[in-house]
Amino acid sequence: MQIFKETSRIDFIGKRKLALAFSVTLIVISIASIVIRGLNLGIDFTGGTLIEVAYQQSIEPAEVRDILTKAGYNDVLVQHFGTSHDVLIRLAPRETLSSAEISTLVLKELQRANPGKVEMRRVEFVGPQIGDELTEDGGLAMLYALIGILIYVALRFEKRFAVGSVIALIHDVIITIGFFSVLGIEFDLSVLAAILAVIGYSLNDTIVVFDRIRENFRKMRKGAPAEIMNASINQTLSRTIMTSFTTLLVLIALFIFGGEIIHGFATALIVGIVIGTYSSIYVASTFVLALGVSKADLMPVKKEGVEVDGRP
Amino acid sequence: MLNQYPLWKYLLILAVIIAGVLYALPNIYGEVPVVQISPTRSAKIDDATQKRVVDLIKTANVTYTSIARTERGIVVKFKNTENQLKARDSIATALGDDYVVALNLVSATPGWLASINAVPMYLGLDLRGGVHFLMRVDMDAAVRQAEERYVSDIRSSLRSEKVRYLTIGRGDHGGVSIKFRDPDERAKGHQVVSDQYRALILEDNDENNEYYLHVTIGVKEVSEIKELALQTNIKTLRNRVNELGVAEPVIQQQGDSRIVVELPGVQDPARAKEILGATATLEFRLADTTNDPQQAVAGMVPIGSRLYKDRSGKPVLLKKQIIVTGDQIINAASGIDQQTASPNVSVTLDSKGAREMGETTKDNVGKPMAVVFIENKPQTNIVDGKEVKTTKTVEEVINVATIREPFSKRFQITGLDSTEEARNLALLLRAGALAAPIEIIEERTIGPSLGQDNIDQGVKSVIIGFVLVLVFMAVWYRVFGLVANLALALNLVLVVALLSMLQATLTLPGIAGIVLTIGMAVDANVLINERIREELRNGNSPQASINAGYEKALSTIADANITTLIAAVVLYGFGTGPIKGFAVTLSLGILTSMFTAIMGTRAVINLIYGGRKVEKLSI
Repeated sequence: MQIFKETSRIDFIGKRKLALAFSVTLIVISIASIVIRGLNLGIDFTGGTLIEVAYQQSIEPAEVRDILTKAGYNDVLVQHFGTSHDVLIRLAPRETLSSAEISTLVLKELQRANPGKVEMRRVEFVGPQIGDELTEDGGLAMLYALIGILIYVALRFEKRFAVGSVIALIHDVIITIGFFSVLGIEFDLSVLAAILAVIGYSLNDTIVVFDRIRENFRKMRKGAPAEIMNASINQTLSRTIMTSFTTLLVLIALFIFGGEIIHGFATALIVGIVIGTYSSIYVASTFVLALGVSKADLMPVKKEGVEVDGRP
Repeated sequence: MLNQYPLWKYLLILAVIIAGVLYALPNIYGEVPVVQISPTRSAKIDDATQKRVVDLIKTANVTYTSIARTERGIVVKFKNTENQLKARDSIATALGDDYVVALNLVSATPGWLASINAVPMYLGLDLRGGVHFLMRVDMDAAVRQAEERYVSDIRSSLRSEKVRYLTIGRGDHGGVSIKFRDPDERAKGHQVVSDQYRALILEDNDENNEYYLHVTIGVKEVSEIKELALQTNIKTLRNRVNELGVAEPVIQQQGDSRIVVELPGVQDPARAKEILGATATLEFRLADTTNDPQQAVAGMVPIGSRLYKDRSGKPVLLKKQIIVTGDQIINAASGIDQQTASPNVSVTLDSKGAREMGETTKDNVGKPMAVVFIENKPQTNIVDGKEVKTTKTVEEVINVATIREPFSKRFQITGLDSTEEARNLALLLRAGALAAPIEIIEERTIGPSLGQDNIDQGVKSVIIGFVLVLVFMAVWYRVFGLVANLALALNLVLVVALLSMLQATLTLPGIAGIVLTIGMAVDANVLINERIREELRNGNSPQASINAGYEKALSTIADANITTLIAAVVLYGFGTGPIKGFAVTLSLGILTSMFTAIMGTRAVINLIYGGRKVEKLSI
């Protein structure tokens, strides 16, 4: 089975203005939402306590909240988690009570209210100090990943390609984070990890296109850069779609069957891969073109075959 | 164009497949419940212990499937958890505090696999359930305590040298601050302090006609104090974790002021917190030599004495009066006595402690003195349906030694059996003295049911994702798709095998990483197959197309994978626990997929199409 019997001839580069408008709109919405609404940061970053308990019968979050309010916990957030039997309780960090003790006390209250019918599933407590560190480390991780990639692509291809790919990656990251902000989905450490994986994946896609562009620049004697790029994107199109499809396939399986804890992670990857696929087709090459890459930039300086060696 | 591989490549691939399958195999055997008995402190495991354990299991009326001795102790396997629990209760009650009796699950891997070191993957806490604590040692408090000890020491030094000072105390910005009436007196004070405390940094300071001497602890000593605080806390935590009966606890230093405690399988984090939060102290007491401890055991404890037990459980009778307590100990270090060449522990007391110790020992030369180790553990019990917070105090005589001569500020404890004992005693003395407060700054507890759910859901999504991709690839690329599927299956086996061999921790995000690699690993084959189709479309012969497809796709595959690896490595460097697991599986998956997708599929394609005339490719 094939998507295209012949290599497609879609004019991607010709629609770059449309794509630009689309991307800019998404980025503006994302940044606006991140600035105005902010992110629904998980306790990994804010600090605080999170308790997941399972009841034998279904229970209303309001009921659990009442129990805790009576016991003097006023700032609790209670919601269902996955099923109507499971509830997730969040408490903000407290000054007075010895931090790690809160979870113990809350669990005892719940057990007293429904003896023998409530089971501790998970407790997470993150001190404010750790939260700050994780935020900082997360930001740094993203920065270092981008710098590492910039250097690798610059060495392997050309500096304009490096800039083009990193712009595409920043594009993907902003829109993925924006998605979480707009929908108010919780942003925790695993989502951050997923975004780093998106960086890796999206780049993977971009590199495949770039590789073909380089090859075609050297091979095709005639043709303006825009035409060559169009041809390259078209030649790699079915691969780009295929790989994104298989990856999305497994991620959807993960989203549906992987359990509630992994939802944010799977969501970030799904969104990121859709955006990453789009950006490697429309954004990365467009920027390389706009930066004015020419045939001469990609002609092999020395014998290229040496570098590509390692064939079996 | 023959598309044939040399024999050695087939052999290499075959060898990798065999090794991969062998090392992945232990993961399918599941686990059996065991009771693990390991000694604490002085107790030993020998044939007698093993026989006793066997008898205890018999009295509990349960049967075991096997019993074996390992380097760490005795491992008894049971058919089910019910038997395991009964046996544990029976053994734990009888053996008492000298042994850690822990419940555990061990792999049911058959012996022939275990003999080539093939073991199952190491599951993280989010999969097996358990408690993870990150604790911070309050280093400021450790330094503050040291400064306070210097305040009292310097005060008594100045007094004994008859130097007159106005005030002495901890400075506003740390260190010790001493105020003098005039510069002359300060000069004398300066001399005394610099003579007696060579490591301290002194600075004269005049403020509005007031004459100060500022004393600061040197950078090197501060870092020693901090290191000591950390090490003693780790040692103390380790001792306490032993009491929780955890099979494979992890207690590790992280950074320069933090300790990670991981307790797999602990189902009651409240109790764990209580025990880990216990405080310890020490007391020095004179031994009561005039009365018989055996009579005291029988109930006749003489007035003015108290009955203790030493670590082997032997009764010891001590005087009620305390000479010195642990908070008066400044330092304790183990060493070798120069004259007798036997191990010793040298203890340094603060000035008050030294004075009291000096007076007592002067009158009691030749008599034995004991060190009592006291731990206070907060406990919560349910009494008449109400919670009662109590403190359980465990007192234990850790050492009895004869006083040879009157003690001063520094003295030595000798008569120890081994250098190991000396080291332990020194650590215990310091643990009692220098317990810089620790606080839990991060907790992640996963209940046992959630751990199992995570495994089930993780495995389910791996299988479903895998099958979806298999079907899709087969439909899309026909024979070439089926070949890619073989490679994908091998890739999965290799990732599991590598994870098992490296004993890298598998976490829930780690499973997600495996799922993701399944999706991404076919990328290499998609690239190759699309290239082959392109070559065919350009009118090349099938054999030439196969060859060109593989050749041309290679550098693209390498570039694409290396950049993903960069992201994965950064993720590993910055991530914590579970996230690291994701980075590990992602990186391993990328590396193995390069091998299986390129070399593995080529070998099969060569076997199918190579070396003959092919009219048409099924792609």
